[in-house]
Amino acid sequence: MSPLEIVILLPLVAALAIWLGAPARLTSVGTAFLNLLLVLGLAWNFKSASAGKAGFAYESARIVLDNPAISFAVGADGLAIILALLTALVALAAVWQINPDKPGIYHIASHLIAGGAFGAFLSTDVFFLYAFHELALIPTLIMIANHGHGDDEYRKSVAWKTTVYLGVGSLILLAGLAWLVLEFSSGGKLTFDLMALKAQAAATPLPKGTQSTIAFILLIGFGTLVSLFPLHSWAAPAYATAPTPVAMLHSGVLKKFGLYGLIRIVLPLLPEGFYCPCVQNALLFMLLGNILIMGFVTIHQKRLDDVLANSSVMHMGYIFLGLSAGTETALRGAVLLMFAHGISIALLFGLAGRMRNQIGTLELNKLGGLGAHAPVFTVLFAFGAFASIGLPGLANFAGEVMIFLGSFTNFGSTSFGPLQWAVVGALWGVVMSAVYMLRAYRSIFQGTAMAGHFVTDPSWSQRVPFVLLAAVLLVAGCCPWILLGLFKTDLATLTDAASTAVQSATKAVSH
Amino acid sequence: MPHPPQEITSSSLPTLLLLLPLFSALVILLAHRVLKGACVAISIFSAAICFVISLMLLGTKDAAPLLLPFIEVGKFHIAIDAVMDHQSRGMMFIVTSIGFFVHLFSVGYMKEDESKERFFGSLSLFMFSMTGIVLSGNLFMMFIFWELVGLSSYLLIGHWFEKPSAAEASKKAFLTNRIGDFGFMIGILMLFMANHGDVSFAGLHASFAEGPLHDSAKLHPTFMMLAALGIFMGAVGKSAQFPLHVWLPDAMEGPTPVSALIHAATMVAAGVYMLVRCAFVIEASPDASYIIAWIGGLTALMAALIATQQNDIKRVLAYSTLSQLGYMVMAVGLVALQAGGSHHDAAAPGHPAMFHLYTHAFFKAMLFLGSGAVIYACHHEQDIWKMGGLAKHMPVVFITFAIGTASLMGVPYITSGFWSKEAILGVAFEVKGGSPLLWIGVATAMLTAFYMTRMFIVAFFGKPRSENASHAVEAPIIMILPLALLALLTILSPWDGAARILEAMKPHHAAPHHTVEIASILALLIGSGAGYVIYKGKNSDPLASNPLAKLFANKFYFDELYTVLVKVFQDGLAWIITGIERILVDGIVARLPAFVARRFGHSARALAGGHLQGYTFLLGAGLLVVIYLIVFVLPQAGH
Repeated sequence: MSPLEIVILLPLVAALAIWLGAPARLTSVGTAFLNLLLVLGLAWNFKSASAGKAGFAYESARIVLDNPAISFAVGADGLAIILALLTALVALAAVWQINPDKPGIYHIASHLIAGGAFGAFLSTDVFFLYAFHELALIPTLIMIANHGHGDDEYRKSVAWKTTVYLGVGSLILLAGLAWLVLEFSSGGKLTFDLMALKAQAAATPLPKGTQSTIAFILLIGFGTLVSLFPLHSWAAPAYATAPTPVAMLHSGVLKKFGLYGLIRIVLPLLPEGFYCPCVQNALLFMLLGNILIMGFVTIHQKRLDDVLANSSVMHMGYIFLGLSAGTETALRGAVLLMFAHGISIALLFGLAGRMRNQIGTLELNKLGGLGAHAPVFTVLFAFGAFASIGLPGLANFAGEVMIFLGSFTNFGSTSFGPLQWAVVGALWGVVMSAVYMLRAYRSIFQGTAMAGHFVTDPSWSQRVPFVLLAAVLLVAGCCPWILLGLFKTDLATLTDAASTAVQSATKAVSH
Repeated sequence: MPHPPQEITSSSLPTLLLLLPLFSALVILLAHRVLKGACVAISIFSAAICFVISLMLLGTKDAAPLLLPFIEVGKFHIAIDAVMDHQSRGMMFIVTSIGFFVHLFSVGYMKEDESKERFFGSLSLFMFSMTGIVLSGNLFMMFIFWELVGLSSYLLIGHWFEKPSAAEASKKAFLTNRIGDFGFMIGILMLFMANHGDVSFAGLHASFAEGPLHDSAKLHPTFMMLAALGIFMGAVGKSAQFPLHVWLPDAMEGPTPVSALIHAATMVAAGVYMLVRCAFVIEASPDASYIIAWIGGLTALMAALIATQQNDIKRVLAYSTLSQLGYMVMAVGLVALQAGGSHHDAAAPGHPAMFHLYTHAFFKAMLFLGSGAVIYACHHEQDIWKMGGLAKHMPVVFITFAIGTASLMGVPYITSGFWSKEAILGVAFEVKGGSPLLWIGVATAMLTAFYMTRMFIVAFFGKPRSENASHAVEAPIIMILPLALLALLTILSPWDGAARILEAMKPHHAAPHHTVEIASILALLIGSGAGYVIYKGKNSDPLASNPLAKLFANKFYFDELYTVLVKVFQDGLAWIITGIERILVDGIVARLPAFVARRFGHSARALAGGHLQGYTFLLGAGLLVVIYLIVFVLPQAGH
């Protein structure tokens, strides 16, 4: 049995145990902690476990069906192990910070989401990769509907909108995946095995036109799940409404599934399709929409939860930029930023949740001067806020700067093309994030305190989840090489394909 | 075999220099509740050690030690690698000496502050970030610490964050700098692209001397100009040049020792330091050099005009700092023009901008600390018109302030400020087409003499004009000592003995230009004479009602203009875009599928009984059914 299977099953078992009546908080935090230790151990041992292997470490496969070939197959490369780390960290913080007076369903839902995320990131079978994400989505939506903030009607409507959006996105995605699998069928044999599909794509790539059509469909499908502009409008209300642990887990972890899917499935199987000029130009427009338009929208927000939710949509644009460049530096930067964004947004949503519990409002003009009353809380928030605006020394900066570099000089380009202009636009986005974050920080923590609207510093035990996330931001920000060292050649082979695709595309343009 | 001693010095000392203040900051952050007053000692101790290390480094050989790894992907890497050369050693001396004195001074100044642990922690963080800038061996490392000094400046300007004006000022400083950093990053990326991924100063220097970028000025003049101007934009933000100068005067909301260290002597000069490091980039584009020289000259003149009508002692000094930074930036542009024409290496030791940076750092830090002592003595009164007669009450502060004022005005032949200003005006005189800038420089010198005379007479002479001023007493020894030490350094700084140790600062001993000397001495006489005649024995500003003076007093209305611009182009645009986003994206992209789905869901409603859980489960189940169909039914249909 692969240790990865334990990582996936542990949260699901915990959810089941709590449902059956095990003490919720103890079981929940204990399992999450165990799982984090396990994942840390796997990451620690990753170098030796993957030594001499071309692709994945810790693999195992249990055959479920012969034709079509579906198996419960797991395996981890650098990308998967980093996202598993992210999931384990955010899951522990999310369940730890749940108020003891909340019902067990909070813990059950959190573990189901975490288990689904682990499954999606660690599966090497397209069928399970998709199914696990669906598994994680269902508790997310139910928690928004039944335990979200705001009055009954409002949260139901938000949950409904999110359901429709993500449901339609998933269906488009499913259609794309089905088409992809069917295209790769040979002699009536269908396979969902990612390795087999990869080998086929390398040996006999699909025709270019088919590639770009499927790539576009998958971009829309995965893109909806990551709130790619203009398919993003579910995200901000959903996060602002969701109960705190769900907001932390979805915005921090589960949302990364769409990006993960693009890197895991689209880039290696459809390189020429994804990097054809038409898909690329469409993607550049959409990601600039994320960065610039959502940047302005975020500046306009008047409540902290709305600021955070919209900023989270905005920051997806940077990661898409990394994918769009396709160079090794940019792709690794994109993965680093996926990790960093997950940690920082989970920290911010966690702290905002605590504030909402204690004060009852997150409206910026009703808050003020909290810095003097809750210095520890303020420092923790500052870690999240400054990480999210890309301050060097915190994790997000390393990811962003790698994306900018890798995109600006993609494959030795020495002149200004669309990608370079997109980088310039994205850099202006960095200025805009500082504007909305510092404005929010200014009105919440600085200035004169508002009577009656105070938050208390968390006790030592309540501090743990937030300190954990802040410490991760600092360590990953000062020593990004720790995480980058987990990558082997997994992304390099992708970039070879991307580089060939880009070069053939530029050739086609110049002819 | 153990490493030879030379190598140990070349990498372990800079590492210690960089990490010690960081360690101090982290200890204070994590344990300030336990340590309490000991935090002050930790911070001062780390500053003192850094000062000693930078003294030890003064005589060492040039080296380029790698301090820490950061990012590495294949051929591409960003590292924290130091460069120890004449320039970084000299700058390190300035930063650590003034840093140490300011730490000492702060013990007295911040004695009654309730959160002095946070203050000293932030000071240590600043020392760490500033050391990083000075040691930077490549542009990325420079950018990393560039942003980190921005953070420490943000924390220190906002030290009294409960005061709305301080909170606003810290935010304004950070955001204005971010605009500068936007350009800086583009500039770095362009150089990264042009030089095939190498943005170390050594690598860039080599390719500009002979390599892929050698003839860049002929190949891509626009590209090189934009790259140079991008880099320059970083300096425009950090060194508060026009049009991003607005944050620096507001930064005076921070405690006065911070103003002395960060917003006068070191951090704001980092822009100039960085430009001199990149001198060969600027030199490659005459157009960029020209623009830089003019931006510097205009900033110098504009800030000097504003300074003539400020009444807050710190604001006068802040505008004076702006003006002197303008001088330095002008020198950067002029030297680049001169070097570009003559193939002389603009990065060579003895850059006039660095010389002025060096002399200015000491006398301006001293002036600020002096103003801090005055403010402290007058119970936080900052209006010079409510001071008066302080010379009798605080003789030591008076004397050191007089030395600083004389240096800033450039009293000929005996003050450091005179020599460094002459060096800059000398270049303006030599460069072809530099004469308008020479006259701007001389006019600025005249205005400097005028506003400093005004401030000096009003604050220190005449009768005390407020209760607080009449009870002022000499500052305590812990504040006097740093002032005296800075006065000593100010006096010593221009002389060969001191300048030889700090090779980078040694001025060119080109033939003195008598025309320039006569012009600047005349400027000094006219400026201070006019100041003396107008302000001697006055109790209020006789010029205040003059419309031109009002324009200066209101800082040419830049703040008002920018407030409008932000309202229109940021908040207004945000409002419009949010509206459009709601209508278009939310209305069409979101409502349309929602509408379709609701229609579809209408028939399902009977089934699910209107419960949302039902819908979501139905959706999940539906997806599984679809999966089932695709997986099992489709392949069979193919047969």
